[in-house]
Amino acid sequence: MSETPASSAPRYEDDIYEDAANWHVNTGDEKIHAKRVTGHWRKLKWFTHSVWLVFFLGPFLRWDGHQAVLFDIPGRQFHIFDLTILPQDVWMLSLVLLFFAMLLAAVTSIAGRVYCGFFCFQTIWTDVFTWIENRIEGVPAKRRKLEEGPWTGEKFRKLGFKWFLWLVISVLTGISFVSWFTDSLQLWKDLFTGQASGTAYFVVALFTVGTFVLAGRLREQACFWLCPYARIQGVMYDQETILPTYDFHRGEPRGRLKKGKVPEGQGDCIDCKQCVAVCPTGIDIRMGQQEGCITCSLCIDACDAVMEKIGKPKGLIRYASLDEMEGKKQLPLYKRPRPLIYLTILTLAFSGIIYGLTHLGSIELGVLHERAPLFVQLSDGSIQNKYRIKILNKTDKNFQVRITATGIDGMQLKGAEKPLTTRKGDDTSYTLYITPPASSIHDERTPITFTATNVADPTQQATYESMFFAPR
Amino acid sequence: MSDNINPHGQTTGHVWDETLAELTNQPPKWWMLGLHASWILVVLYTIYYPSWPLASSHFKGIAGWTAIGEYKQDLKEITDVRAPFEKKLKGMDAAAILGDNQLKEYVTRSAKVLFGDNCAACHGSGGQGNPGFPVLVDDDRLYGGQIGTIVQTISNGRHGMMPKMGGMQLKPEEIDKLANAIYNGTITKEPLFMAKGCVGCHGVNAKGNQALGSANLTDKIWRFKAEDQLASIKYTITHGVNDASDPKTRKAEMPAWQSRLTETQIKKLAVYVHELGGG
Repeated sequence: MSETPASSAPRYEDDIYEDAANWHVNTGDEKIHAKRVTGHWRKLKWFTHSVWLVFFLGPFLRWDGHQAVLFDIPGRQFHIFDLTILPQDVWMLSLVLLFFAMLLAAVTSIAGRVYCGFFCFQTIWTDVFTWIENRIEGVPAKRRKLEEGPWTGEKFRKLGFKWFLWLVISVLTGISFVSWFTDSLQLWKDLFTGQASGTAYFVVALFTVGTFVLAGRLREQACFWLCPYARIQGVMYDQETILPTYDFHRGEPRGRLKKGKVPEGQGDCIDCKQCVAVCPTGIDIRMGQQEGCITCSLCIDACDAVMEKIGKPKGLIRYASLDEMEGKKQLPLYKRPRPLIYLTILTLAFSGIIYGLTHLGSIELGVLHERAPLFVQLSDGSIQNKYRIKILNKTDKNFQVRITATGIDGMQLKGAEKPLTTRKGDDTSYTLYITPPASSIHDERTPITFTATNVADPTQQATYESMFFAPR
Repeated sequence: MSDNINPHGQTTGHVWDETLAELTNQPPKWWMLGLHASWILVVLYTIYYPSWPLASSHFKGIAGWTAIGEYKQDLKEITDVRAPFEKKLKGMDAAAILGDNQLKEYVTRSAKVLFGDNCAACHGSGGQGNPGFPVLVDDDRLYGGQIGTIVQTISNGRHGMMPKMGGMQLKPEEIDKLANAIYNGTITKEPLFMAKGCVGCHGVNAKGNQALGSANLTDKIWRFKAEDQLASIKYTITHGVNDASDPKTRKAEMPAWQSRLTETQIKKLAVYVHELGGG
């Protein structure tokens, strides 16, 4: 701390302490009862929310006699329509994760927390839960009254009915989740006849409780204090990111309507607090960009409706960037480095996935060199190495594979004279020996390439690099 | 949490430095819930599982769980998987097992443990041999690599004998000559080989005799492999193998296993050794 005398100009400390005094942080002391709103963004939200219907209905989709999408963990197989992905190909999952992580970053950099506001399960389940609450208990004022009031028959009935509906949704959520990992139709039968596995019951129970607590009770508190993504948004935003923004140039100084009109010298904001009333996280958008804003855009709908009524242009709260607020010119997307970098990574990840899916192959070959001993001297003085090979047949039919090896001139491959049989969807192992003529061994180690070729379809091939060891 | 407030500012009486005080706050509600849930769980656990010591025994728990019981159950699962194979093996001889690809696979995998327990101490974990103990992965077998012979070798053991040739029988320079000839692979051209009776066991062509277990002297495999191979050969000629009359003789005895292993185990090991590479 410096000892310089205070000047007449406002000091930085004064600013931040004033900020702190006025800043209300939502720590869950008060339950947020948001008003339901209608409008353009509300409609869009219902539309984007409905994406999650796939979560409920997806497991019932059948394909070629089995569940179309099934993540069979005990069987170690992922079925996605015609594709079967074995654990060996799960490296693609990392690319899928990379793709979505980058997509999230790219979208956030361009248009803010689109995921939070429009696609996140926490937002959506909370939205549906509060919609039910609103239908049963009425508008926010009534809800608050009911909440504070004594336990009357009416309260009991309303809350009971609400909780029952919430519970139904929660249970459905749990069952739908499990349905992705086991046959959905069988699961429904088993669950209600007591035949399902303990794991299934446990996971359904876990998701039921989780859904009920997260969407029914924690709600926006999860976004504030549980969700890590809410916390990293700051590094994904920049000056050019468009967000629901209160246009303070136009709005300030705010003040109430007088005789149904905005008085002279006053901004367009009539301080009706509708934007606060409809906010599901209970923030005031007029205080600027903040952690609690999930960019659900409902305040835009609320404000637009008010502006329309008082005969002012819409868009006092609108999607705008910080640059726009400061009067700078907005760069087009293709000139902004961030979106371009994200796009590059997205393209790479996507190409990787496409490559992986189109090159799944039907054979995989593994070769294990015998370690004890590394090599054996035979009676004629030649050196023999032993290899254990594993042929993974990824198809659903048994087939014959021819094994060849290259690397040393004139070497003999014993044990693969005839084509070898591989079992469908399984590893088959064989033992092979390699004996090269002494004259062609020059080094202690010589690379050897094994190739497995499907006899019926020579385009199906797999290779594996191994070593030939010889004494010094 | 919001319930963690002490409106009266009461302290436990412990105040330091005037302002640093220990307040009589209740622990947070979630924490108390956790505490109660924990001890309830402990009580339930001790009812469900074996727990309390009693005068002469202990409380067994209502679930009847025991560690040995769990172990036995796990073991049974494995035995059940193996049972069909083991049942088939009983009625088959080793040669028939070799002919059945699936059984051969089963045996070569499962006998690895048997080999490790009984054979690896001398022959090495992979059958690579040890100084003085034969290599099982090469293509040379003193008594022959037929499956039947291997079964015999394991069952009855082997106790081959080569008489010492040092002292009375051969002069040091003769031993030198013979050893060098063996070392250089020219033993059949060495007149001493004929003259001194080596041919009796090692054969006219010096390729050994599998019925006796005498070594092939023309190949590149040494029964007693050493850094200085020539010296090792001289030693063997001088002191013989398993010759009771020479205290410095080479000891080369394979014990009989039929009293220690069951017939099925011997069959399995024979197949395993056969598949090691020699054959």
